[in-house]
Amino acid sequence: MVDERKLREVALTPEEYRVIVEELKRAPNEVELGMLGVLWSEHCSYKSSKALLRRLPSTSPAVIQGPGENAGAVNIGEGWAAVFKIESHNHPSAIEPYQGAATGVGGIIRDVIAMGARPIALLDSLRFGPLPASSHHVEGVVAGIGWYGNCIGIPTVGGEVYFDDCYANNPLVNAMCVGLVRVDRLMRARAEGTGNSLMLVGADTGRDGIHGASFASLELDETSSERRPAVQVGNPFLEKLLLEACMDLAQTDAVVAIQDLGAAGLTSSVAECAGRVPGAGAHIDVARVPRRERGMSPYHVMLSESQERMLVVVERGREAEVKAIFDAWDLTSAVIGHVTDDGYLTIVDGSVDVARLPVSLLTDGAPPRRLVGVASEQPPGLDIDALPPLVDAGASLLRLLASPNLSSRRGIFRRYDQMVGDATVIPPGGDAAMLRVKGTRLGLAVTTDCNSRYCYLDPHLGAQLAVAEAARNIVATGARPLAVTDCLNFANPDRPEVYWEMEETVAGLAHACRALDLPIVSGNVSLYNDSSGESAIYPTPVIGMVGLINDYAKRLSAGLRSEGDFVLLIGSSHNDLGGTEYLKVEHGYVAGRPPALDLAREKAVNRLVLAAAENGLLHSAHDCAEGGMLVALAECCLLGGVGVRCPAVRPEAPLRMDAAFFGESPSRYVVSLSSRAMPELQSLARRHHVEISLLGLAGGDSIEFEGQFRLSLDEIRQAWEGGLV
Amino acid sequence: MKFGVVVFPGTWSDRDCGWVIDQVLGAELQYLWHKDADLKGSDCVILPGGFAYGDYLRTGAIARFAPVMEKIEEFADRGGLVWGICNGFQILCEAGLLPGALIRNASLEYRCQWTNLAVERTDLPFTSKCTEREVIRVPISHGEGNYFADPATLSRLEQRGQVVFRYCDDTGHVTNNANPNGSMHNIAGIVNARGNVLGMMPHPERCAEAELGGTDGLKLFRSVAESAMKVLVS
Amino acid sequence: MIARIVVTPKPVVNDPQGITVKQGLATLGFREVSDVRIGKYIEVSLEASSEHEARQRVESMCKQLLANHVIEDYHFEIETDGHRPR
Repeated sequence: MVDERKLREVALTPEEYRVIVEELKRAPNEVELGMLGVLWSEHCSYKSSKALLRRLPSTSPAVIQGPGENAGAVNIGEGWAAVFKIESHNHPSAIEPYQGAATGVGGIIRDVIAMGARPIALLDSLRFGPLPASSHHVEGVVAGIGWYGNCIGIPTVGGEVYFDDCYANNPLVNAMCVGLVRVDRLMRARAEGTGNSLMLVGADTGRDGIHGASFASLELDETSSERRPAVQVGNPFLEKLLLEACMDLAQTDAVVAIQDLGAAGLTSSVAECAGRVPGAGAHIDVARVPRRERGMSPYHVMLSESQERMLVVVERGREAEVKAIFDAWDLTSAVIGHVTDDGYLTIVDGSVDVARLPVSLLTDGAPPRRLVGVASEQPPGLDIDALPPLVDAGASLLRLLASPNLSSRRGIFRRYDQMVGDATVIPPGGDAAMLRVKGTRLGLAVTTDCNSRYCYLDPHLGAQLAVAEAARNIVATGARPLAVTDCLNFANPDRPEVYWEMEETVAGLAHACRALDLPIVSGNVSLYNDSSGESAIYPTPVIGMVGLINDYAKRLSAGLRSEGDFVLLIGSSHNDLGGTEYLKVEHGYVAGRPPALDLAREKAVNRLVLAAAENGLLHSAHDCAEGGMLVALAECCLLGGVGVRCPAVRPEAPLRMDAAFFGESPSRYVVSLSSRAMPELQSLARRHHVEISLLGLAGGDSIEFEGQFRLSLDEIRQAWEGGLV
Repeated sequence: MKFGVVVFPGTWSDRDCGWVIDQVLGAELQYLWHKDADLKGSDCVILPGGFAYGDYLRTGAIARFAPVMEKIEEFADRGGLVWGICNGFQILCEAGLLPGALIRNASLEYRCQWTNLAVERTDLPFTSKCTEREVIRVPISHGEGNYFADPATLSRLEQRGQVVFRYCDDTGHVTNNANPNGSMHNIAGIVNARGNVLGMMPHPERCAEAELGGTDGLKLFRSVAESAMKVLVS
Repeated sequence: MIARIVVTPKPVVNDPQGITVKQGLATLGFREVSDVRIGKYIEVSLEASSEHEARQRVESMCKQLLANHVIEDYHFEIETDGHRPR
């Protein structure tokens, strides 16, 4: 019998231990127990979420690789595939913001490299508690992301930053990476070919990060900072060498597979690689693993989470060829084992047997947890009739633009290299960013989105709205949404109301993705974002989305361009004030239902904007999101440096004035176009059954709604750029 | 005109420079691996941006000892054209091919943004296609672009007209506001006394195509390409 | 032997890191601090036949690589009986 303390150390329950003993028909030794502990952790096994994730759609004609590999891949035409994934690094970033965020970026980059793809963009979705208390976290995370991304030379082109009380003790750092690979050169991490060699390349293995996977699967408490060694120090320079070496590897056919080492280190990478090939196994000799420290036991070697390492499956006999490539880049590499066909992961230390476990027990053996979801207490409703009427739209606009969730992010993204690679054709600041695919006319639009306040008020609808918002950010650039990667962040799933949030979120995601024909090709789940039951995060399903435009010369940005252009609102507005920034900033509370979403209407509006962009009718486009129509319009003016003159807003009953300016109805865009293009747009709008209305005329250096308010662009810019200081 | 673009471990602007030279300019391009003491007959050697050797210890400190650097020093001695961009400028200073040093931005933050540069020398192979006092728009992307030199060196640089680019506002005024990193005298780029070795912090290879936001960088590449032709012809 | 080398920015070089840290210390109540300079500490373990030889070698290391004479000063100590514990 094993003692409870040992089980707790490896984060296994007595019930799970019983299953292990039953399967093995013996007790596991210490190394085996450690290996099972990390592979059966939530982070690696998805035991609390696997059943739910199966409900998500993951196929479409463009999908080349769905969930199950290091990243997802979609065909974008002209022989190219876009490879992408989003991943969380929440717990490490809470403890050590700089290195936690940096190594999160490093990890997601390796997932893309493992597919043989060259990374071309990074995005980061970040959530913190309110400023100024969270400034230590914000500064560390922003600096860490910048350090890693800038040093390795991959542009950071997008992301989001949100501030809310619920993240005060549990900040979220979700990092997304997008890469490109020729379709016929896409690599997969399958340990194929009995007798093929397993090579380890990159950093020497040290004692860092042991049980990091288990760490990520537990709530944060007072002892968490003692677990600081579970956060590693990144080496972006080494990863750059790894990147280039892997790109060179893709040119030779000596390499069968590449797998990155992340959570649970060598144990999980070998097990996963073998697990993808029925009946395959692996034989590993830990004595051959290059080490950074003396006195490391086999336990340490198998569980180390030292960064910047990759596992390569090499055709037997061609090891020297592969080693030569690594040597050219001054990378340490070693043959540490070979592929077998016995279905076991066998570990030795020279001539000493260390461990022997069935691969399937490691990768699929964790019993799925039977969790029960119970609907949480209904959040407060919004009595819209009791809401005081809007007094001064201009004053409200200034306060909203100065608020932390709406203010300019320029102070953050100018700390990131957004241009390296000479491919960024829409830089950060507006909607989605866009990268050109050199050698073609193709443009790839990329974005991350989630309004978690909507998700708190209604997880099912909130998840749908996140998908819709991401799609709109893509469409606003003139690109067609193609596929999704999702990072699902939740609190403690053992609590029935949290598991209910997970069920509702997945159902909402599935519903919206099916309606919008969007497969989810990769993703990540982060649970236990909770602190001793004191502060649980809102359900936060972050949607990373990729879209495609056939000719990037037709791309659109958000800023107004020309004096005299007509500025229009596409789509219809309703009294959608529940959960809005206006309600929070101006009236001080979070309540109500999130905006209603009609997915058929959403599709129609998107089709209209894409058709208009394709026909070259529009000069600019920007989706309406938090802050509603007026904040979107202000952003268009600020980004373009051009003001707008509008007639007074006289909403038709039952639409309220505050909802007309600041309501967050989805399925809407603010666009601009020359007057000459109006007839054609009107005809297109009629054909697509979409309402369009004239907001005003572009021009001047102020935003004016006749008789209602007039603010100079300078004044507005001052409020907008002063918000995050 | 043969361009040689040096690649150290950790360099990444090599591909961007290569793209401009090969695809936009249509000139001859070769990559020069840091371990090879061979410039392959290049007429202009470019040391591009990046984090050579991770910028560990000090930016450019380790790169300057690479085998290719010895050849570059000889090449510069003979009057060959050497162009250091960002990390390349840092490496040239560490190697002593240019005076002074680049230290951490005064703001302590990495900055990636567009800057205006006043062009103060148009008689150089690197700037012959610029007009006198022209203001060009070129982006920077660095954490250590703050130019420093001791008073005697600084005074010498100014007196001999070795300052080629200075951060300025969009009308050409050299102001504190226009200085993104605290560089002494708003210095963004300098040339050696002989005029054949140029170091600049901004990235001209990032503004050689309109779709990326500007084409002023292309002027510099064209200047170099055409200066070589003049040499051949004469 | 172990050489313990300290590399500091020259007095004339602006040290924004030092300034920021000084401000941070003042905010924490350490108002008696008049100046902060931030440098690097480098430990080099080396074999040498004598302390004199070690000094000469480390001096060369500093001049050639470890310190940039344009912006940095250095000084060091040699520990003859020290060895790096592992």
